[in-house]
Order: sequence, then structure tokens, then C-alpha cells
Amino acid sequence: MKVVVCVKQIPDPALPGELDPTTNLLKRDGKLILDESDSYGVEMALQLVEAAGGGEVSLVSMAPNNEMSGLRTALAMGADDAILVSDENLAGTDALGTAKVLAAAIGRLSPDLILAGVESSDGYTGTVPEMIAGVLDLPSVTFAKQISIDGDTVKAQRQTEAGYDDIECKLPVLLSVTAGVVEPRYPSFKGIMAAKKKPVEALDLQALGIESNTVGVVGARQETIRVTEAEERESGEIIEDDGDAHQRIAEFLGELKVV
Amino acid sequence: MSLNTIMVFAEGDESGPTTLTLELIRAARGVAANVEAFVLDDGSSMAESLGDHGVSKIHAMGGAEGKLVGAHAAALMADLVVSNLPDAVFFGQTPDGRDTAARLSVRLDQPVITNNVGVTVEDGVLVLEEPVFGGTQNIFTAFRNDGASLALFRPKSFEAESIGGAIAEVSVLEGADPGNSGTAIVTGRVIEERSGPQLDSAAVVVSGGRGLGQPEAYELVDELAGLLNAASGASRAIVDAGWVPYSKQVGQTGKVVKPSLYFACGISGATQHLVGMKGSKVIIAINKDPEAPIFSVADLGIVGDVHKVMPALIETLKAT
Repeated sequence: MKVVVCVKQIPDPALPGELDPTTNLLKRDGKLILDESDSYGVEMALQLVEAAGGGEVSLVSMAPNNEMSGLRTALAMGADDAILVSDENLAGTDALGTAKVLAAAIGRLSPDLILAGVESSDGYTGTVPEMIAGVLDLPSVTFAKQISIDGDTVKAQRQTEAGYDDIECKLPVLLSVTAGVVEPRYPSFKGIMAAKKKPVEALDLQALGIESNTVGVVGARQETIRVTEAEERESGEIIEDDGDAHQRIAEFLGELKVV
Repeated sequence: MSLNTIMVFAEGDESGPTTLTLELIRAARGVAANVEAFVLDDGSSMAESLGDHGVSKIHAMGGAEGKLVGAHAAALMADLVVSNLPDAVFFGQTPDGRDTAARLSVRLDQPVITNNVGVTVEDGVLVLEEPVFGGTQNIFTAFRNDGASLALFRPKSFEAESIGGAIAEVSVLEGADPGNSGTAIVTGRVIEERSGPQLDSAAVVVSGGRGLGQPEAYELVDELAGLLNAASGASRAIVDAGWVPYSKQVGQTGKVVKPSLYFACGISGATQHLVGMKGSKVIIAINKDPEAPIFSVADLGIVGDVHKVMPALIETLKAT
């Protein structure tokens, strides 16, 4: 079984994010790391291939400056190889443009299964996976938790507002997986060493046959016209519990007429 | 200057449209002269309520008949959007709303702007407002496309408003076939049990997070919620850990809540969580870490151990 996992490399979420003052785009020029949301897709792919008795897990990523430290993390977890799309014309690409690029890269691999995270931790549009399925004219199951493969059919639970739906679909299919669906493994020392030698194919737009005016800022056909500071919420009374803080809460609830 | 027509992707069931759908209609009415809606059945169950909120016409798409909504709806909607040329199509930020907008975006080759909380028309084009960096800044984005703009809105960004409009005219959409893209089938539907006030509409919400230490401690949240006639919620951390179902998740990926009182127990206040609850009128927080970001938005913050403060509070409330 051949599985492709879409992975995004993002600025470290532990550091404060910043917009470029001239372009109003999120700054991505520093070191990028594997988006935690995507580590679930990588783990799920590894588990499904193991359960199927063998196969291959390939990664597909789009990032500036041939950045691949996040890809190396996923390779160290156990993925076999990767395609990295990097091109200066991709700066400012929106969700649809990203889907066109990733779909073109995925198309070269003819996978049985495509996995992605539900949404990235920086842009969080939650639309790219479904758009990739649209570009490739494939069925999809978004918001999937619990995935299993039975012959040529995938079975999944799809999260809904009220609970979940049981879904079945014939391969090939794209699934976006929710955080927490599996426990991502930590790369072992051996895995980290092995990852350094795993093949990463670097491609640009020309290699993928994509016209540069269909992606990037031009292809996005939208413009950030201003950025404003949001109103700060003031903090109120902060007290340290010395054994009777519950009485202050009860009093406060009384003032609010909640009790 | 307002736009001509905005179409809204309506969601709901036999009992009527969702609140989010009515919020979208309000948003659309604020920027366009005419509002129409796409509905996923024969349209009859929503004609009255959507009309009352200002929808002139319903485009009925039929049931998805055991298929997933996104591919099915987008195939039908694409043809109509191409022939009727609305200025925009608005969606709610729900699983089906996101799927449908994404599929439609590909079919029409039009951009989608997500996570919006506001909309205006400036110089004749749609401008959308999106909070970023945990709601500390707002980005305003203008469409620069030709053709229908697609936009997804977060819940509770607008107040639904009944305007006493006439019953909406219903027109049935037929013909389009999603083809291979629509072959995923729904074989079962599980509704997770819920009792008491609903999380997204309750006046009081009590939520628990990682600071509870172990899954069993969530009983404290349920008990306190019961005493305050509140809905119980959770941070993403304990939903991911499997302690409580996703339907209880408050935050960027979960539900947006704006109750009169939000009571955060053992929640540190990650950006992901703050986005979903900082619109609450009053916030009480208990956390043992005095540096926890939740205290920066709390009206009453208790630096202490939830395992001591919550049982004591529960006893006090029971005694009164």
C-alpha cells in the first residue's frame, strides 16, 4: 500500500507570530518545524502500512527556501521519502493555490491513500485537504478519527457537530485526520540518523508544470488592506487560594446572580 | 454601496435552520440587496424561517442520500453560481461548510477566505475581517477576483435577526453529478448523548482542562455545571487525550461560546482555547500556575489547586 502524507512546516508556535509589515503575510523566513497537527497523519500512515503488512509512506510538503527540518522529523518517525516543493513565486499562496501545488506533487506518486491534518496550526483554514481531493477528483473523508483499511475499502469515523458518522469509501481516497486520533511516536536516535540519508526530491513550479500566475500573491486574488490591534480584555481580581477562595467565588457568583 | 446578491449555504434539519445559518443571512443582508440560500433537502422545511430572516429564494439541492455533503452540494451549486453570478457565497465554519466551500472553490477556481468574523463592502468589493494570533490582531482582506467570492464565517459573529420577510420561493436544483468525488458513503450516524443546557447556547459554561490531572476529575466539572445549570466544556488538550468527546471542545477547532459566565477549571488558556471563549461576558478561572495566560482575561482568577477549590465550592453551593 502506498500512502502519501501532506505535511506543513510552520514557524514554531511557541514563539510569537509576526506579520511582515510590507506584505502583511505571516513571516516564514526563520527555522520551520513539523506542524504538530500533521504528526498525527504521519503516525496514522505508519500504522496503516504496518497493519497492511507493508508499503510505503511518502511525504509531500511546500515550503520556502527548500526548508526541510520539519520533513526530517517526519522521516525520522519512519516515513520513507519526501517531495519538497519550493519556489520563490509561491510566497503568498492561498489555500486553493497550495492545493493545486500539493495535488500536482501527489499526482506523480499515484498513492492508494492520501492523509493530511484537518487544519494547520498557523493558517488553520481547514480547506486544503478537501481542495486537494477536488483537484485530483477523488472522494474524501474530512475530520476523520479511527481509520481502518479492509481490502480496497477504507472505513472511518467522521466527526460531526453532534457526534460522528461511519463512512466507507473505495481507495484511492483522501482523509484529513483530527488531532489526538493516534499517539505520534517520538523519533528514535536510529530514526534520526536514518532520516538524514532518506531521499527528498526538491521540485519547483516549472518541474510540476504549474504556471506561476496561478499561485502566489497573484493567484490568491485577495489583498490584506489593513491590520488592526484587537481590543484587549482587562484582567480583574486575582487572588491566591489560602483555603477559602471558594467562598470568594460563591460570593462573586451571588453578585452575578448565577446562584 | 452594497452588492447585488449573496447566496448562503444553509444547514439545519427537520426542526429548521441552525443559528449559524441565520447569522450568515444577517451578515449577507448587511452587504447585499438580495439574499438567496442553498438548502440540502426539498426546501419546504426552511422556506418560512429563512424567508422570515430575509431570504428571497431557496435553491433546493435534495438530500445527499447517504453521501457526504461537500462533493454533492458543490457539484449542484457550481452550475447555479456560474449561471446566476452572485457576488459571493457565504458558508458557516462547520465540517460540511468547509468541505462544500473547498470543493466549490476548486470547481469555480475561486479563492476562499476563512475564519471570518466580520464583513463590509469597501469600494464595491467584499472586505472580510479575520482575527489572528489568538485574537490579538484583526486582518482585513479584500477580494481581488472576478466572479463569485467564497467566504467562511465563525459562529456567533453576527446576531440573527427576524425581519418578518415573506416565505421564500423554492426552486429545485437538478442535474449535476459529483462523479468519482462523491463516492464516500455514510453507513451509520452516531449522536453523542447530551443532556442539560447545550454548550453553544448555555448562559453559563463550566470547562475543564489538563490541570484536572486525570479523566475521573472531570466529574468535578460536571457536578459544578449541574449546580450552576451550566453546560460543561473542555479544552482541546483533554479532548485529544480522549477524556471527553469532541462535542465538548471549546476553542478554535471546537465550539465558540459567548456565555454570560465562563468558568475555566485547570485550563491554562492556550491561544487555541482563548479564541473560543474570550467573548464571554464574565470569566472565572482556577489554575495553579500564576503565569497561566487564562488569568490575563479572567474577571476573577484563583491561583490554586482545582482539586481543593472545586470540591470546597461544590460543598458551599450545595449548602446554600
